[in-house]
Amino acid sequence: MNTTTQLLRFITAGSVDDGKSTLIGRLLHDSKSIFEDQLSAISKTSEKRGMATVDLSLLTDGLQAEREQGITIDVAYRYFATPKRKFIIGDTPGHEQYTRNMVTAASTANLVVILVDARKGVLVQTRRHTYLASLVGIPHIVLAVNKMDMVDYSEDVFNAICTEYRQFAAQLGLNNITYIPLSALVGDMLVDRGDNLNWYQGTTLMELLETVEIDHDLNTTDFRFPVQWVCRPQTEAFHDFRGFMGRIESGEVAVGDEITIQPSGRTTTVKEIVTYDGNLERAYAPQSVAITLADEIDISRGDMFVGKGNQPKVAKEFEAMLCWLSESPLDLNRKYVIKHTTRSVKCVFTRLDYRVDVNTLEQHDATTLNMNDIARVAIKVQQPLVFDSYLLDHGTGSFIVIDEATNNTVGAGMIA
Amino acid sequence: MSNRNFTHLDALESESIHIMREVAAECKNPALLFSGGKDSIVMLRLAEKAFRPAKFPFPLVHIDTEHNFPEVIATRDKLAADLGERLIVRSLEDSIKKGTVVLKNETQSRNVFQSVTLLETIAEFGFDACMGGARRDEEKARAKERIFSFRDDFGQWDPKNQRPELWDIYNTRVHAGENIRVFPISNWTEMDIWQYIERENLEIPSIYYAHEREVIQRAGGIMPVSHLVQPQAGETVITKTVRFRTVGDITCTCPVESPAKNAAEIIIETATTRITERGATRMDDQTSDASMELRKKEGYF
Repeated sequence: MNTTTQLLRFITAGSVDDGKSTLIGRLLHDSKSIFEDQLSAISKTSEKRGMATVDLSLLTDGLQAEREQGITIDVAYRYFATPKRKFIIGDTPGHEQYTRNMVTAASTANLVVILVDARKGVLVQTRRHTYLASLVGIPHIVLAVNKMDMVDYSEDVFNAICTEYRQFAAQLGLNNITYIPLSALVGDMLVDRGDNLNWYQGTTLMELLETVEIDHDLNTTDFRFPVQWVCRPQTEAFHDFRGFMGRIESGEVAVGDEITIQPSGRTTTVKEIVTYDGNLERAYAPQSVAITLADEIDISRGDMFVGKGNQPKVAKEFEAMLCWLSESPLDLNRKYVIKHTTRSVKCVFTRLDYRVDVNTLEQHDATTLNMNDIARVAIKVQQPLVFDSYLLDHGTGSFIVIDEATNNTVGAGMIA
Repeated sequence: MSNRNFTHLDALESESIHIMREVAAECKNPALLFSGGKDSIVMLRLAEKAFRPAKFPFPLVHIDTEHNFPEVIATRDKLAADLGERLIVRSLEDSIKKGTVVLKNETQSRNVFQSVTLLETIAEFGFDACMGGARRDEEKARAKERIFSFRDDFGQWDPKNQRPELWDIYNTRVHAGENIRVFPISNWTEMDIWQYIERENLEIPSIYYAHEREVIQRAGGIMPVSHLVQPQAGETVITKTVRFRTVGDITCTCPVESPAKNAAEIIIETATTRITERGATRMDDQTSDASMELRKKEGYF
């Protein structure tokens, strides 16, 4: 087995009954990633429920409550591999009330497969899923027109759906979309091309997943290194060793590079890049390394090393798109905690500019936010943060909001 | 420019290191659960990569069922000693003596009772975070669990009420008495583990590799004969060439027939196997479709 394969993370989004679980089941089944004991377990359940064929969607229904109710209630992660790539699928529910789950799964995805039912075309939910995908900045979008078997594999139906979707996506500034007609039930254009869609010349879904270029999904130019942990062994052999450990969020760094430490603004040069497997001359995102510096500077967790070129902002006030995740509404009178890179600070929300109706994209006035609401907000923090716009750098442009009373994660933010 | 030689194993490794460092930096009193099994041996190597040249900023903890394979315990003790790290062992027997675990009989599987001793150990040392080597590909309920999995003061997991986990920004906060379980290798598969064992040349207990063993056929599988598992009337002891895909409670962990003598051969077998890791080897997961979910709700890993 080849060990130089890449890892691709993707999610599927669709409305209830778009055949999402069937599509995942089919991908796993046709790539021979379903095991016999799993197949035999779901065969038994399918039979118990009086189904004529094995219901592949049962593979992704993890919890007892879901199996009883026949619904998917949370994000589940699935794993499979082909000789070309390893895949992690984030399976997200299609119910209206579960926007937060899609945002959660989308936050780590390279690619999203948005499913539409060929008989129903572009629905309110399709628009919502597309908006969320663009909000979270998933680099690659696939519109999968499913259930082509139910519309006689009609090219006209497919083209009409693509045209309508393209217009909507253009409003969001999304141009780089792949359109694939398929039938998850029959298996056409997933792993195998099948015989029913011969008018379609593009790739199958699996070919696309195996080949889509993901090397540039991370920002490869701007070096950002949030300090996670200061390593001071204080042993004989490493008496003076002070390694700043962390993961490179974006860009690259080399021995001898001049770096700035934010928020203090002091500069120094990289002395060594230390790893368990030996020192490196150069390291790239998303490697985890330890960096030693030429000068002794007071540095602690929450500081950020920054390279030359584009500089991050260092500020106490900023604006962001915020997705509210909690059943308790946002309280503008309260203080919350923001965790951003490796820094946690107290914050207040100073302004709610507008709330976005995720179905129509219309902007509305808002005085509070409820679960699943998305809004443009202004934020003030107690200590300065070192950040970039989320558009430029997901690692330094994202944050979560924590309610100190419950310790729950109540919000997810993307800095404007 | 980007790093084109960065493989899926490098990506998984970097993610796991990042998670362990977050635990060290944000939790007051963490521990790493270490059993001597292959997944926890991978966890040890990841901890070395995360914290060397310093010592680990947490102890290793083993909840011993005393239903273990001797080779596994030997490896556990050797690795902890070689690394010079602190190993805390707490035994299910202690809980039995205290009366907090009551067994029906000596040969009953002890996996389910580990939760009791684990929770007692967490209370004894005041751990606020326990890192474990569970993987999401192992089982349906695990597939839905967060990397930082919050537990209430009874150690219970509430699957319907999990904290959302976005990007790689982890919420590590707990109130006094509560704790979190952290799974740094959540995103690894059985195949990834074996590829990593091969790449890193990790020492693992010999019973993971093909060896001759006395077994009996039972309940559609093969059971290893031990002081706790003896043939019943009508069963005969046979010798087969087997290896273990998982090592747990000796009374319910079954080997698979295999000639694979090293990690490279196991990788090839894993690529072509048609049975899941737990499906092949764990009797206790087969009692119901939701066995793992029910145990996790009780405080199990």
